[in-house]
Amino acid sequence: MTQAPVLPVHMRRRGFDPSPELTELRDGKGIDRIRTPFGVDAWLVTRFADVREVLSDSQRFSNVFLGRQQSGMPRMTADELARLRAGNLLAFDPPEHTRLRRLLTPEFTIRRMRRLEPRIREIVDEHLDALDRGGPPADLVAGFALPVPSLVICELLGVPYTDRAEFQRRTGRQLDLSLAVEERLRLGLESREYMGQLVARARANPGEDMLGMLVLEHGDELSTDELAGIASLLLIAGHETTSNMLGLGTLALLRHPDQLAIVRDEPDRVDAAVEELLRWLSIVHAGTGKLTTTEVEIAGQRIEAGEFVICALPAANRDPALLPDPERLDVTRGAMGHVAFGHGVHHCLGAPLARMEMRIAFPALLRRFPGLRTVSEEAEFRSFHVVYGLTSLPVAW
Amino acid sequence: MTVGQLRVHADRDVCIGAGMCVLTAGAVFDQDDGGVVVVLEEMPADGPAVRKAVANCPSGALSALEP
Repeated sequence: MTQAPVLPVHMRRRGFDPSPELTELRDGKGIDRIRTPFGVDAWLVTRFADVREVLSDSQRFSNVFLGRQQSGMPRMTADELARLRAGNLLAFDPPEHTRLRRLLTPEFTIRRMRRLEPRIREIVDEHLDALDRGGPPADLVAGFALPVPSLVICELLGVPYTDRAEFQRRTGRQLDLSLAVEERLRLGLESREYMGQLVARARANPGEDMLGMLVLEHGDELSTDELAGIASLLLIAGHETTSNMLGLGTLALLRHPDQLAIVRDEPDRVDAAVEELLRWLSIVHAGTGKLTTTEVEIAGQRIEAGEFVICALPAANRDPALLPDPERLDVTRGAMGHVAFGHGVHHCLGAPLARMEMRIAFPALLRRFPGLRTVSEEAEFRSFHVVYGLTSLPVAW
Repeated sequence: MTVGQLRVHADRDVCIGAGMCVLTAGAVFDQDDGGVVVVLEEMPADGPAVRKAVANCPSGALSALEP
Protein backbone atom coordinates (compact mmCIF):
# COMPACT_ATOMS: atom_id res chain seq x y z
CA MET A 1 0.00 0.00 0.00
CA THR A 2 1.40 3.40 -0.90
CA GLN A 3 1.33 5.96 1.84
CA ALA A 4 -0.40 9.25 1.10
CA PRO A 5 2.18 12.03 1.25
CA VAL A 6 1.78 14.43 4.17
CA LEU A 7 1.41 18.09 3.32
CA PRO A 8 4.10 20.12 5.13
CA VAL A 9 2.80 22.84 7.42
CA HIS A 10 3.87 25.74 5.18
CA MET A 11 1.69 24.39 2.36
CA ARG A 12 -1.40 23.80 4.44
CA ARG A 13 -4.30 26.17 3.88
CA ARG A 14 -7.88 26.54 4.85
CA GLY A 15 -9.56 27.85 1.73
CA PHE A 16 -7.84 31.15 1.00
CA ASP A 17 -6.09 31.31 4.36
CA PRO A 18 -2.84 29.88 5.69
CA SER A 19 -3.60 27.02 8.09
CA PRO A 20 -4.17 27.95 11.75
CA GLU A 21 -1.03 25.97 12.75
CA LEU A 22 1.06 28.18 10.50
CA THR A 23 -0.46 31.38 11.87
CA GLU A 24 0.07 30.13 15.44
CA LEU A 25 3.69 29.38 14.68
CA ARG A 26 4.22 32.89 13.30
CA ASP A 27 2.53 34.55 16.26
CA GLY A 28 4.34 32.27 18.72
CA LYS A 29 8.00 31.32 18.43
CA GLY A 30 8.18 32.33 14.77
CA ILE A 31 10.41 29.50 13.57
CA ASP A 32 10.24 25.73 13.66
CA ARG A 33 11.92 22.62 12.38
CA ILE A 34 9.78 20.85 9.77
CA ARG A 35 9.93 17.80 7.54
CA THR A 36 9.83 18.70 3.83
CA PRO A 37 8.28 16.60 1.06
CA PHE A 38 11.83 15.84 -0.09
CA GLY A 39 12.58 13.96 3.09
CA VAL A 40 15.05 16.50 4.47
CA ASP A 41 14.39 18.66 7.51
CA ALA A 42 14.27 22.43 7.24
CA TRP A 43 13.80 25.53 9.37
CA LEU A 44 10.52 27.25 8.57
CA VAL A 45 10.67 31.06 8.90
CA THR A 46 7.25 32.71 9.17
CA ARG A 47 7.40 36.37 10.24
CA PHE A 48 7.50 39.18 7.72
CA ALA A 49 10.70 40.80 8.98
CA ASP A 50 12.53 37.46 9.28
CA VAL A 51 11.40 36.32 5.82
CA ARG A 52 12.65 39.58 4.33
CA GLU A 53 15.94 39.21 6.16
CA VAL A 54 16.50 35.68 4.82
CA LEU A 55 15.48 36.52 1.27
CA SER A 56 17.60 39.66 1.06
CA ASP A 57 20.82 37.97 2.19
CA SER A 58 22.04 35.66 -0.56
CA GLN A 59 25.49 35.47 1.05
CA ARG A 60 24.33 33.72 4.19
CA PHE A 61 21.26 32.08 2.60
CA SER A 62 22.30 30.44 -0.65
CA ASN A 63 20.21 29.09 -3.53
CA VAL A 64 22.97 26.73 -4.59
CA PHE A 65 21.51 23.40 -3.67
CA LEU A 66 19.08 23.04 -6.55
CA GLY A 67 20.78 20.89 -9.13
CA ARG A 68 22.83 19.17 -6.42
CA GLN A 69 22.34 15.60 -5.39
CA GLN A 70 19.58 15.60 -2.76
CA SER A 71 18.23 12.82 -0.64
CA GLY A 72 15.31 11.07 -2.25
CA MET A 73 16.65 11.87 -5.69
CA PRO A 74 17.78 9.08 -7.99
CA ARG A 75 21.59 9.05 -8.24
CA MET A 76 22.77 11.23 -11.06
CA THR A 77 26.16 11.86 -12.59
CA ALA A 78 27.83 15.27 -12.13
CA ASP A 79 27.20 15.86 -15.80
CA GLU A 80 23.47 15.19 -15.55
CA LEU A 81 23.20 17.45 -12.52
CA ALA A 82 25.05 20.27 -14.28
CA ARG A 83 22.67 19.94 -17.23
CA LEU A 84 19.64 20.06 -14.94
CA ARG A 85 20.96 23.24 -13.36
CA ALA A 86 22.22 25.12 -16.43
CA GLY A 87 20.37 28.37 -17.02
CA ASN A 88 18.09 27.93 -13.99
CA LEU A 89 18.39 31.32 -12.36
CA LEU A 90 16.94 29.95 -9.13
CA ALA A 91 19.86 27.57 -8.71
CA PHE A 92 22.60 30.23 -8.61
CA ASP A 93 23.83 32.96 -6.27
CA PRO A 94 25.50 36.21 -7.32
CA PRO A 95 27.68 36.76 -9.30
CA GLU A 96 26.61 33.86 -11.59
CA HIS A 97 22.96 34.68 -10.95
CA THR A 98 23.56 38.35 -11.74
CA ARG A 99 25.08 37.44 -15.10
CA LEU A 100 22.05 35.33 -16.10
CA ARG A 101 19.49 37.78 -14.75
CA ARG A 102 21.06 40.74 -16.54
CA LEU A 103 20.56 38.95 -19.86
CA LEU A 104 16.82 38.87 -19.19
CA THR A 105 16.04 42.14 -17.40
CA PRO A 106 15.86 44.13 -20.67
CA GLU A 107 12.89 41.94 -21.62
CA PHE A 108 10.92 42.74 -18.47
CA THR A 109 11.33 46.50 -18.04
CA ILE A 110 8.27 48.55 -17.23
CA ARG A 111 8.60 50.25 -20.64
CA ARG A 112 8.65 46.85 -22.39
CA MET A 113 5.58 45.74 -20.48
CA ARG A 114 3.69 48.89 -21.50
CA ARG A 115 4.48 48.10 -25.12
CA LEU A 116 2.98 44.63 -24.63
CA GLU A 117 -0.19 46.03 -23.14
CA PRO A 118 -2.30 46.27 -26.34
CA ARG A 119 -1.48 42.69 -27.28
CA ILE A 120 -2.37 41.43 -23.80
CA ARG A 121 -5.70 43.28 -24.03
CA GLU A 122 -6.35 41.58 -27.37
CA ILE A 123 -5.55 38.15 -25.94
CA VAL A 124 -7.83 38.76 -22.94
CA ASP A 125 -10.68 39.96 -25.19
CA GLU A 126 -10.32 37.00 -27.56
CA HIS A 127 -10.69 34.59 -24.65
CA LEU A 128 -13.67 36.49 -23.24
CA ASP A 129 -15.26 36.36 -26.71
CA ALA A 130 -14.73 32.62 -26.82
CA LEU A 131 -16.31 32.15 -23.38
CA ASP A 132 -19.21 34.31 -24.46
CA ARG A 133 -19.73 32.29 -27.65
CA GLY A 134 -19.58 28.98 -25.77
CA GLY A 135 -22.09 30.23 -23.23
CA PRO A 136 -22.45 29.22 -19.57
CA PRO A 137 -21.54 27.14 -17.72
CA ALA A 138 -17.81 27.20 -18.35
CA ASP A 139 -14.62 26.34 -16.51
CA LEU A 140 -12.92 29.68 -15.91
CA VAL A 141 -9.54 28.01 -15.32
CA ALA A 142 -9.50 26.10 -18.62
CA GLY A 143 -11.20 28.85 -20.62
CA PHE A 144 -9.51 31.97 -19.27
CA ALA A 145 -7.15 31.82 -16.28
CA LEU A 146 -4.75 29.30 -17.83
CA PRO A 147 -4.84 30.10 -21.57
CA VAL A 148 -4.39 33.89 -21.26
CA PRO A 149 -0.99 33.85 -19.50
CA SER A 150 -0.04 30.74 -21.45
CA LEU A 151 -0.48 32.48 -24.80
CA VAL A 152 1.24 35.62 -23.50
CA ILE A 153 4.38 33.78 -22.35
CA CYS A 154 4.46 31.65 -25.52
CA GLU A 155 4.42 34.71 -27.76
CA LEU A 156 6.97 36.48 -25.60
CA LEU A 157 9.36 33.52 -25.52
CA GLY A 158 8.78 32.18 -29.00
CA VAL A 159 7.18 28.87 -28.07
CA PRO A 160 4.62 27.53 -30.57
CA TYR A 161 1.23 27.75 -28.87
CA THR A 162 0.11 24.77 -30.95
CA ASP A 163 2.30 22.59 -28.67
CA ARG A 164 0.36 23.75 -25.60
CA ALA A 165 -1.49 20.53 -24.80
CA GLU A 166 1.86 18.89 -24.17
CA PHE A 167 3.70 21.61 -22.25
CA GLN A 168 0.74 22.78 -20.18
CA ARG A 169 0.35 19.25 -18.89
CA ARG A 170 4.08 19.12 -18.19
CA THR A 171 4.43 22.48 -16.38
CA GLY A 172 1.51 21.58 -14.12
CA ARG A 173 2.96 18.19 -13.22
CA GLN A 174 6.55 19.36 -12.76
CA LEU A 175 5.51 21.34 -9.68
CA ASP A 176 3.07 18.72 -8.38
CA LEU A 177 4.65 17.43 -5.18
CA SER A 178 2.33 14.45 -4.95
CA LEU A 179 4.24 12.91 -7.86
CA ALA A 180 7.39 10.89 -7.25
CA VAL A 181 10.59 12.88 -7.53
CA GLU A 182 11.77 10.57 -10.36
CA GLU A 183 8.69 11.48 -12.35
CA ARG A 184 9.19 15.21 -11.80
CA LEU A 185 12.85 14.98 -12.77
CA ARG A 186 11.88 13.09 -15.92
CA LEU A 187 9.39 15.85 -16.80
CA GLY A 188 12.09 18.47 -16.16
CA LEU A 189 14.44 16.71 -18.57
CA GLU A 190 11.63 16.36 -21.11
CA SER A 191 10.96 20.08 -20.85
CA ARG A 192 14.65 20.83 -21.42
CA GLU A 193 14.70 18.46 -24.38
CA TYR A 194 11.75 20.28 -25.93
CA MET A 195 13.28 23.70 -25.25
CA GLY A 196 16.59 22.47 -26.68
CA GLN A 197 14.83 21.83 -29.97
CA LEU A 198 13.33 25.33 -29.94
CA VAL A 199 16.75 26.81 -29.14
CA ALA A 200 18.32 24.94 -32.07
CA ARG A 201 15.56 26.28 -34.30
CA ALA A 202 16.11 29.81 -33.00
CA ARG A 203 19.86 29.50 -33.62
CA ALA A 204 19.19 28.58 -37.25
CA ASN A 205 16.49 31.17 -37.74
CA PRO A 206 16.13 33.67 -34.89
CA GLY A 207 12.70 35.29 -34.59
CA GLU A 208 11.64 38.57 -32.97
CA ASP A 209 10.87 36.86 -29.66
CA MET A 210 12.96 36.39 -26.51
CA LEU A 211 14.62 33.17 -27.69
CA GLY A 212 15.57 34.91 -30.94
CA MET A 213 16.96 37.90 -29.02
CA LEU A 214 18.96 35.70 -26.63
CA VAL A 215 20.44 33.75 -29.52
CA LEU A 216 21.30 36.88 -31.51
CA GLU A 217 22.73 38.90 -28.65
CA HIS A 218 24.17 36.24 -26.36
CA GLY A 219 24.31 33.13 -28.55
CA ASP A 220 28.10 32.86 -28.16
CA GLU A 221 28.26 33.15 -24.39
CA LEU A 222 25.31 30.88 -23.60
CA SER A 223 25.34 27.13 -24.15
CA THR A 224 22.29 25.39 -25.59
CA ASP A 225 21.75 23.83 -22.14
CA GLU A 226 21.73 27.27 -20.53
CA LEU A 227 19.33 28.67 -23.12
CA ALA A 228 17.04 25.68 -22.71
CA GLY A 229 17.21 26.08 -18.92
CA ILE A 230 16.32 29.76 -19.04
CA ALA A 231 13.43 29.17 -21.44
CA SER A 232 12.17 26.18 -19.46
CA LEU A 233 12.08 28.20 -16.25
CA LEU A 234 10.27 31.11 -17.92
CA LEU A 235 7.71 28.78 -19.47
CA ILE A 236 6.90 27.15 -16.13
CA ALA A 237 6.88 30.47 -14.28
CA GLY A 238 4.66 32.05 -16.92
CA HIS A 239 2.14 29.24 -16.62
CA GLU A 240 1.89 28.36 -13.00
CA THR A 241 1.71 31.79 -11.42
CA THR A 242 -0.53 34.31 -13.16
CA SER A 243 -3.00 31.60 -14.12
CA ASN A 244 -3.48 30.59 -10.49
CA MET A 245 -3.77 34.21 -9.42
CA LEU A 246 -6.48 34.76 -12.03
CA GLY A 247 -8.43 31.65 -11.03
CA LEU A 248 -8.09 31.97 -7.26
CA GLY A 249 -8.38 35.77 -7.40
CA THR A 250 -11.66 35.57 -9.30
CA LEU A 251 -13.08 33.14 -6.74
CA ALA A 252 -11.90 35.42 -3.90
CA LEU A 253 -13.69 38.37 -5.50
CA LEU A 254 -16.86 36.34 -6.12
CA ARG A 255 -16.89 35.49 -2.41
CA HIS A 256 -16.43 39.21 -1.55
CA PRO A 257 -18.99 40.97 -3.78
CA ASP A 258 -18.27 44.44 -2.35
CA GLN A 259 -14.60 44.04 -3.29
CA LEU A 260 -15.53 42.65 -6.69
CA ALA A 261 -17.64 45.74 -7.42
CA ILE A 262 -14.65 48.00 -6.72
CA VAL A 263 -12.41 46.08 -9.15
CA ARG A 264 -15.16 46.10 -11.78
CA ASP A 265 -16.29 49.72 -11.45
CA GLU A 266 -13.32 51.76 -10.28
CA PRO A 267 -10.41 51.60 -12.75
CA ASP A 268 -8.23 53.83 -10.56
CA ARG A 269 -8.30 51.23 -7.82
CA VAL A 270 -7.30 48.22 -9.92
CA ASP A 271 -3.53 48.51 -9.32
CA ALA A 272 -4.06 48.53 -5.56
CA ALA A 273 -6.55 45.66 -5.83
CA VAL A 274 -3.99 43.50 -7.64
CA GLU A 275 -1.41 44.12 -4.88
CA GLU A 276 -3.94 43.23 -2.19
CA LEU A 277 -4.95 40.03 -3.98
CA LEU A 278 -1.26 39.12 -4.38
CA ARG A 279 -0.68 39.66 -0.67
CA TRP A 280 -3.85 38.03 0.59
CA LEU A 281 -3.65 34.94 -1.64
CA SER A 282 0.17 34.51 -1.62
CA ILE A 283 -0.13 31.61 -4.04
CA VAL A 284 3.55 30.68 -3.89
CA HIS A 285 3.89 28.85 -0.57
CA ALA A 286 7.61 29.29 -0.16
CA GLY A 287 9.64 30.11 -3.25
CA THR A 288 12.99 28.35 -3.31
CA GLY A 289 14.52 27.01 -0.12
CA LYS A 290 17.86 28.34 1.08
CA LEU A 291 21.00 26.70 2.38
CA THR A 292 22.86 28.47 5.19
CA THR A 293 26.49 29.13 4.26
CA THR A 294 27.54 29.98 7.80
CA GLU A 295 26.12 29.85 11.31
CA VAL A 296 23.23 32.30 11.50
CA GLU A 297 20.61 33.45 13.96
CA ILE A 298 17.08 34.08 12.80
CA ALA A 299 13.95 34.63 14.89
CA GLY A 300 16.16 34.03 17.93
CA GLN A 301 17.15 30.58 16.69
CA ARG A 302 20.77 29.65 16.12
CA ILE A 303 21.18 27.65 12.92
CA GLU A 304 24.30 25.79 11.83
CA ALA A 305 25.91 26.19 8.42
CA GLY A 306 24.57 23.80 5.79
CA GLU A 307 20.95 23.73 6.98
CA PHE A 308 17.84 24.28 4.87
CA VAL A 309 15.69 27.32 5.49
CA ILE A 310 12.20 27.78 4.02
CA CYS A 311 10.24 31.03 4.08
CA ALA A 312 6.46 30.81 4.53
CA LEU A 313 5.28 33.62 2.26
CA PRO A 314 1.53 33.43 3.09
CA ALA A 315 2.29 33.66 6.82
CA ALA A 316 4.62 36.63 6.28
CA ASN A 317 2.08 38.42 4.11
CA ARG A 318 -0.53 38.13 6.85
CA ASP A 319 1.79 39.21 9.64
CA PRO A 320 0.17 41.93 11.78
CA ALA A 321 3.61 43.57 11.73
CA LEU A 322 3.16 44.18 7.97
CA LEU A 323 -0.28 45.78 8.18
CA PRO A 324 -3.25 46.04 10.55
CA ASP A 325 -6.08 43.53 10.26
CA PRO A 326 -4.05 41.34 7.88
CA GLU A 327 -6.71 38.60 7.54
CA ARG A 328 -9.15 40.97 5.86
CA LEU A 329 -9.24 41.33 2.05
CA ASP A 330 -9.49 45.05 1.39
CA VAL A 331 -8.63 45.85 -2.21
CA THR A 332 -8.59 49.59 -1.59
CA ARG A 333 -5.50 49.43 0.63
CA GLY A 334 -3.30 47.27 -1.61
CA ALA A 335 0.32 48.33 -1.92
CA MET A 336 3.68 46.90 -2.89
CA GLY A 337 5.88 45.81 -0.04
CA HIS A 338 4.40 42.33 0.42
CA VAL A 339 6.56 39.30 -0.34
CA ALA A 340 4.22 37.47 -2.75
CA PHE A 341 6.88 37.87 -5.47
CA GLY A 342 9.64 37.09 -3.00
CA HIS A 343 12.35 39.56 -2.08
CA GLY A 344 16.07 39.97 -2.67
CA VAL A 345 17.98 39.14 -5.84
CA HIS A 346 15.58 36.33 -6.77
CA HIS A 347 12.52 38.59 -6.63
CA CYS A 348 10.22 37.38 -9.42
CA LEU A 349 11.64 38.41 -12.80
CA GLY A 350 8.20 38.26 -14.39
CA ALA A 351 6.48 40.39 -11.73
CA PRO A 352 5.94 43.36 -14.08
CA LEU A 353 4.36 41.04 -16.63
CA ALA A 354 2.18 39.32 -14.03
CA ARG A 355 0.99 42.69 -12.70
CA MET A 356 0.18 43.91 -16.20
CA GLU A 357 -1.77 40.73 -17.04
CA MET A 358 -3.81 40.90 -13.84
CA ARG A 359 -4.48 44.63 -14.11
CA ILE A 360 -5.99 43.98 -17.53
CA ALA A 361 -7.65 40.59 -17.00
CA PHE A 362 -9.60 41.05 -13.73
CA PRO A 363 -11.59 44.16 -14.69
CA ALA A 364 -12.08 42.97 -18.28
CA LEU A 365 -13.57 39.68 -17.06
CA LEU A 366 -15.83 41.33 -14.48
CA ARG A 367 -17.08 43.97 -16.92
CA ARG A 368 -17.78 41.48 -19.67
CA PHE A 369 -19.79 39.24 -17.35
CA PRO A 370 -21.40 41.44 -14.66
CA GLY A 371 -23.50 38.48 -13.56
CA LEU A 372 -20.49 36.16 -13.10
CA ARG A 373 -21.13 33.55 -10.40
CA THR A 374 -19.84 30.19 -9.25
CA VAL A 375 -21.85 27.15 -10.23
CA SER A 376 -21.24 25.20 -7.02
CA GLU A 377 -20.51 26.20 -3.44
CA GLU A 378 -17.53 23.87 -3.22
CA ALA A 379 -14.21 24.92 -4.71
CA GLU A 380 -11.51 22.47 -5.65
CA PHE A 381 -8.30 23.89 -4.21
CA ARG A 382 -5.05 22.44 -5.48
CA SER A 383 -2.90 21.52 -2.49
CA PHE A 384 0.06 19.35 -3.38
CA HIS A 385 1.60 21.91 -5.62
CA VAL A 386 4.44 24.40 -5.35
CA VAL A 387 1.88 27.05 -6.35
CA TYR A 388 -1.55 27.19 -4.71
CA GLY A 389 -4.59 27.49 -6.92
CA LEU A 390 -7.77 25.91 -8.21
CA THR A 391 -7.98 22.81 -10.39
CA SER A 392 -11.12 24.21 -11.98
CA LEU A 393 -13.64 27.00 -11.44
CA PRO A 394 -17.06 26.28 -12.96
CA VAL A 395 -18.90 29.57 -13.50
CA ALA A 396 -22.04 30.92 -15.12
CA TRP A 397 -23.17 34.46 -15.96
CA MET B 1 21.72 72.57 -2.10
CA THR B 2 18.28 72.97 -0.64
CA VAL B 3 18.22 72.40 3.08
CA GLY B 4 15.90 69.67 4.34
CA GLN B 5 15.65 67.69 1.17
CA LEU B 6 15.92 63.94 0.56
CA ARG B 7 18.88 62.74 -1.50
CA VAL B 8 18.52 59.49 -3.49
CA HIS B 9 21.26 57.08 -4.45
CA ALA B 10 21.01 53.97 -6.64
CA ASP B 11 23.70 51.29 -6.77
CA ARG B 12 23.50 50.16 -10.39
CA ASP B 13 25.72 47.13 -9.72
CA VAL B 14 23.29 45.79 -7.14
CA CYS B 15 20.08 46.55 -9.10
CA ILE B 16 18.25 43.49 -10.46
CA GLY B 17 15.92 45.48 -12.72
CA ALA B 18 12.67 44.59 -10.94
CA GLY B 19 11.32 48.02 -11.88
CA MET B 20 9.29 48.48 -8.70
CA CYS B 21 10.79 51.92 -8.12
CA VAL B 22 9.52 53.00 -11.55
CA LEU B 23 6.01 51.85 -10.65
CA THR B 24 6.17 53.53 -7.24
CA ALA B 25 7.89 56.83 -8.09
CA GLY B 26 8.04 57.15 -11.87
CA ALA B 27 9.08 60.80 -11.78
CA VAL B 28 12.21 59.95 -9.81
CA PHE B 29 13.28 56.55 -11.16
CA ASP B 30 13.55 55.07 -14.63
CA GLN B 31 15.23 52.02 -16.19
CA ASP B 32 17.82 52.05 -18.96
CA ASP B 33 17.47 49.66 -21.91
CA GLY B 34 19.07 46.93 -19.84
CA GLY B 35 16.48 47.35 -17.11
CA VAL B 36 18.97 48.88 -14.65
CA VAL B 37 17.75 51.76 -12.48
CA VAL B 38 18.43 55.37 -13.47
CA VAL B 39 17.82 58.19 -11.00
CA LEU B 40 16.05 61.04 -12.78
CA GLU B 41 15.89 63.37 -9.80
CA GLU B 42 18.58 63.10 -7.18
CA MET B 43 16.80 65.44 -4.81
CA PRO B 44 13.17 64.57 -5.35
CA ALA B 45 10.20 66.55 -4.15
CA ASP B 46 7.95 63.52 -3.56
CA GLY B 47 9.33 62.19 -0.27
CA PRO B 48 6.74 59.54 0.70
CA ALA B 49 6.75 57.76 -2.69
CA VAL B 50 10.54 57.77 -2.80
CA ARG B 51 10.82 56.37 0.73
CA LYS B 52 8.36 53.65 -0.25
CA ALA B 53 10.40 52.82 -3.37
CA VAL B 54 13.58 52.62 -1.30
CA ALA B 55 11.95 50.39 1.35
CA ASN B 56 10.41 48.05 -1.22
CA CYS B 57 13.42 47.71 -3.54
CA PRO B 58 13.98 43.94 -3.63
CA SER B 59 17.73 44.08 -4.22
CA GLY B 60 18.46 46.86 -1.76
CA ALA B 61 20.02 48.94 -4.53
CA LEU B 62 18.29 52.16 -3.44
CA SER B 63 19.10 54.38 -0.52
CA ALA B 64 17.79 57.74 0.59
CA LEU B 65 19.79 60.15 2.69
CA GLU B 66 17.46 61.97 5.01
CA PRO B 67 18.11 65.71 5.37
